[in-house]
Amino acid sequence: MSFDNAYESLVEGHEEKHWAFGTGFTHALSGVDRAISSTVDRDDLAAYCLMLGDDALVYAQRLAEWCAKAPELEEDVALANIALDLLGQARMLLSRAGEIQGTDEDALAYLRDSSEFRNVHLAEIDCGPGPGGDFATTMARLLVFSAWRLALLHRLTGSADPVLAAVAAKGVKELTYHRDHAAQWVLRLAGGTDYSRERMVAGLAVVWPHLDELFTAHPIEHRLAEAGVAVDPAELRSEVDSVLDTVLGAAGLTRPDVASVPGGGRGGVHTEAMAPLLAEMQVVARALPGGVW
Amino acid sequence: MDLEREFERVVAADHRIEPRDWMPDGYRKTLIRQIAQHAHSEIIGMQPEGNWISRAPSLRRKAILLAKVQDEAGHGLYLYAATETLGADREDLTTKLIEGRQKYSSIFNYPTLTFADVGVIGWLVDGAAICNQVPLCRTSYGPYARAMIRVCKEESFHQRQGYELLMTMMRGTDAQKAMVQDAVNRWWWPSLMMFGPPDAESSNTEQSMVWRIKRHTNDELRQRFVDMSVPQAEKLGVTLPDPKIAWNAERGHHDFGDIDWDEFWQVVKGDGPCNAERIENRRKAHEDGAWVREAAAAYAAKKERVA
Repeated sequence: MSFDNAYESLVEGHEEKHWAFGTGFTHALSGVDRAISSTVDRDDLAAYCLMLGDDALVYAQRLAEWCAKAPELEEDVALANIALDLLGQARMLLSRAGEIQGTDEDALAYLRDSSEFRNVHLAEIDCGPGPGGDFATTMARLLVFSAWRLALLHRLTGSADPVLAAVAAKGVKELTYHRDHAAQWVLRLAGGTDYSRERMVAGLAVVWPHLDELFTAHPIEHRLAEAGVAVDPAELRSEVDSVLDTVLGAAGLTRPDVASVPGGGRGGVHTEAMAPLLAEMQVVARALPGGVW
Repeated sequence: MDLEREFERVVAADHRIEPRDWMPDGYRKTLIRQIAQHAHSEIIGMQPEGNWISRAPSLRRKAILLAKVQDEAGHGLYLYAATETLGADREDLTTKLIEGRQKYSSIFNYPTLTFADVGVIGWLVDGAAICNQVPLCRTSYGPYARAMIRVCKEESFHQRQGYELLMTMMRGTDAQKAMVQDAVNRWWWPSLMMFGPPDAESSNTEQSMVWRIKRHTNDELRQRFVDMSVPQAEKLGVTLPDPKIAWNAERGHHDFGDIDWDEFWQVVKGDGPCNAERIENRRKAHEDGAWVREAAAAYAAKKERVA
């Protein structure tokens, strides 16, 4: 671009490199075979894409709440980056569900009600910056969520569905970074000051009751796992436990001694946090029916 | 004396001053003030747009907006880093910002009331920022000039995204079109004020021009912005809220109406619609994060002792 006319760039071609940190909203799956195998139940596949897509979308919505509120500018950048990665995954998965169901990512994101969302509770609860948590709770959730999703996506790279396999292959690289980022903060906060250690212990206690739900299979996950399309989440438990124990051990922390709470997100049963989250996310899209964005 | 002559020679020849070169104290202070003000503007500027990330009405727009606000944090980072090459300190500058001892662009003291504001900020506010900043890519201080090249490239991308949002909305429902026009009505005049007071009242311009920290006057840049915006508004199908805008063939520029400088000074002095809220949010984020920064520093110090 020339440096004399601020408006020249309005007519320039697409230059993705102009984003400082990337966006994750390019067509990452162009060229991937989108045919659906005749042995796979289409409704099950769509529902499964919604499960994994909703986890990413709802959690990205939570992470973006940190924007302009993080403890350091570097962390504003990092949390936005993680949210953008997850939003990118959500878009690919919701688009896949949409093409099976004859709709699109935005109708799925903005026009479904709480009971139609299939994300796990861990994605939707308030872990800060709202009153439900703080930076330590946020890192506790990031550690658990990313350790779990990384293990899941790792296995999903071998899915019989080529789109899921491609989404997983891209996601594995992203989640590896997310998990590392969280683990480093858990170490810093646990080993920093007395206060930060207290916060870290308290943060883990907030997210831990939601751990069991992550490994509880919905019937759809069972069926698709048998068809080689999905991952049975029960199989992830030992790997995720071992990652969490390694990080907690290095930080000199122990697993919180707290009871599990009932899950049900995969079947559309959510916590009280979900309806207000969706009301905010969907308000503009629903207020202007027929709007184009 | 030789050092000073050498400095003047380098600046006059349009070469770059680098961090280890000798420079007059006034030059250093002016640069720190100007770059810090720019960094603060990026950071405060995250709020009015960040306000709409949670409610962006499509997933594509949500990703674009989140990436844009993230870029602003990145710009703030490189600009604070540029001030550090002059001996300033980010923590100290942040304290000055939240205590109101250093300023940021007044434009961010206006509220964002609808999602169309996101598009208009991209088009007009980023457009005005680019007009102001593009000449700074040739500014005399090397680290600042280099940071500005990157900032300007990214800003121009943001501007295009904002304009594209408005073009899309103008193809939509009547309610969307009305929303765009309303946002243009609210942001046009504050955008013109972004170039600062008229040349006759601008206290810092003359010395900064000699030092090549600044390369065009406020009024020159404002005129350029009006000339570029008028055809863009026509193409978009919106009316700029100034009946006096008219092409003046004799001047080769558009004439435009009088700016309400009382409003400008009121906002600069801290009594704009959102001044208190913007600073309070920044202060709260900074104070709420203090224990995290302390923990990170304590942890790093412990690691150092072990190593």
